[in-house]
Amino acid sequence: MFQIRFHGRGGQGVVTAAEMLSVAAFMEGRHAQAFPSFGSERTGAPVVSFCRIDDKEIRLREPILEPDALVVQDPTLFKVVDVCQGLKPNGYLLINSNRTLGELHIDKVAAQLPKGHVLTVPASELALKHVGRPLPNAALLGAFAALTGLVHLKSVNAAIDDAFGKKIAQGNIAAATAAYEAVAGASAAA
Amino acid sequence: MLKQIEGSRAMAEAIGLCRPEVICAYPITPQTHIVEGLGEMVRTGEIKNCEFINVESEFAALSVAIGASAAGARAYTATASQGLLYMAEAVYNASGLGLPIVMTLGNRAIGAPINIWNDHSDAMAVCDSGWMQLFAETNQEAADLHIQAFRLAEELSMPVMVCVDGFILTHAVERVDIPDQATVDAYLPSYEPVQVLDPKAPISIGAMVGPDAFTEVRYLQHYKQQLALRLIPQYAADFKAKFGRDSGGLLRTYRAEDAELIVVAMGSVNGTIKDTIDEMRDDGVPIGLVTLVSFRPFPTTALREKLVRARNVVVIEKSLAVGMGGPLANNVDLALRNVAGAPQVHSVIAGLGGRSITRASLHKALRRAVVQPWEGSLFLDLNENIVAKELHHVRKVRRSGPTAENLLRRLGQEAEKTAV
Repeated sequence: MFQIRFHGRGGQGVVTAAEMLSVAAFMEGRHAQAFPSFGSERTGAPVVSFCRIDDKEIRLREPILEPDALVVQDPTLFKVVDVCQGLKPNGYLLINSNRTLGELHIDKVAAQLPKGHVLTVPASELALKHVGRPLPNAALLGAFAALTGLVHLKSVNAAIDDAFGKKIAQGNIAAATAAYEAVAGASAAA
Repeated sequence: MLKQIEGSRAMAEAIGLCRPEVICAYPITPQTHIVEGLGEMVRTGEIKNCEFINVESEFAALSVAIGASAAGARAYTATASQGLLYMAEAVYNASGLGLPIVMTLGNRAIGAPINIWNDHSDAMAVCDSGWMQLFAETNQEAADLHIQAFRLAEELSMPVMVCVDGFILTHAVERVDIPDQATVDAYLPSYEPVQVLDPKAPISIGAMVGPDAFTEVRYLQHYKQQLALRLIPQYAADFKAKFGRDSGGLLRTYRAEDAELIVVAMGSVNGTIKDTIDEMRDDGVPIGLVTLVSFRPFPTTALREKLVRARNVVVIEKSLAVGMGGPLANNVDLALRNVAGAPQVHSVIAGLGGRSITRASLHKALRRAVVQPWEGSLFLDLNENIVAKELHHVRKVRRSGPTAENLLRRLGQEAEKTAV
């Protein structure tokens, strides 16, 4: 089983991100479970959502305590909550930022993870460019597909198409594709 | 058709396939998405011949369902928590009048203190009101139970509550097989009421009944629920024949055949318990599970048969009868009443007000039940530290203040300390 925890702020589409990833995995014939962290949601408040992916039925209902991957939609959360809590030693860390790990003061955490498992992507900027609003969730899913290889970009895009109306879906698919290509291109170059 | 879908949406689609004729509801977290979905399906015509009635309160929601059902319509509503309490009088009226309404309960804690998260307090508050209560383990089962519930309710002319864990199921997106209309139609016959308010053939429903017949009315309610003990497994078997999957029934077992330690639980926590049992089985612990689907009627005989050979039974429940302990544990005790050499029954209260129930905590409690059994109920993951501090404070200061606010302040202070 592969477990992903999403951290973001209310209004950033954190819950939708987990749901779209579960739909992408479902489209590839896998079992997936997405659920929010059930708070009284307020715009700007820290929000967590979860996604589990497996090849067999998922029965577990506890929150994800030891994630295989973290998707951080807002890097200011590192100062507010223990984002990396329970992250597995060989886990992945994907952060929405146009800054470097050093500038975000998480280079020490990143150094403990395998090479190539930690990545920053300017997802908000990509969203602003392609969607017109700085909602980073779709772009991060594109980057996630490239970083982990867990799901194909095609499935991510189909899940985005499923979640939004036609026009908004198009922009988000463009953002996800751009993020995917940026990450895939960077790892090919490295 | 297989869909990756939110639990609430899956339930709404399954309810729509049951061809309800009147849907009335008042929104309350966490059941809101279900009736929102249904409202949309009525508006777009996906559900035909159905009136969706917006009402001003939960009391009105169930009252409208009562009126609709008495007039011969297939009626549905949904609620949770305080909403259920607000309609409590109508809850008893629906069952007392023998009206086959189906209601979803998105299980949620009851205040005060106000809490929107999941536990089973609401279901327990009305468990003896005459409604049948079926608990879903997964969203697949939540969808399927509604289809079975209409058939059961209408056959017996008794209302059924389908209990689904708020948020944990209602807000989870997972794989659900939504059946097609033809299969549901073949399984669920159209509603043929046993009593109907019809101006052409006037009758009265709900007469005053004195001591001469009240006991008999109640006895017949109880008798109908005893009949349901036979019908529920029969309808689950027919469901399997038509839909090809196990859903519903009175109860299910998991690795229980040779188990010396058997867990009993209701609802979505059974999934986490199954994973815990697999891990403990790998360590050589002979442990199994009984998942109770039907809480009302309570399957006393069926449960006894599953438990009687075990040494220890651990009842894990998301409810507390204050001043008594675990209501489900109490009911399980009943199943073992007067049984020679009956297993020890241990009560665990867990997941109140949405507290996560983790495998780690279950491991500890289940192992402890065998080697170091406790008196009364064990409160899983109780923060004994802040409880002790609050008790100390209450003993020292007469005007000690509101408990909930005191505990929140202490938690805040502890969080600050760890931050420094």
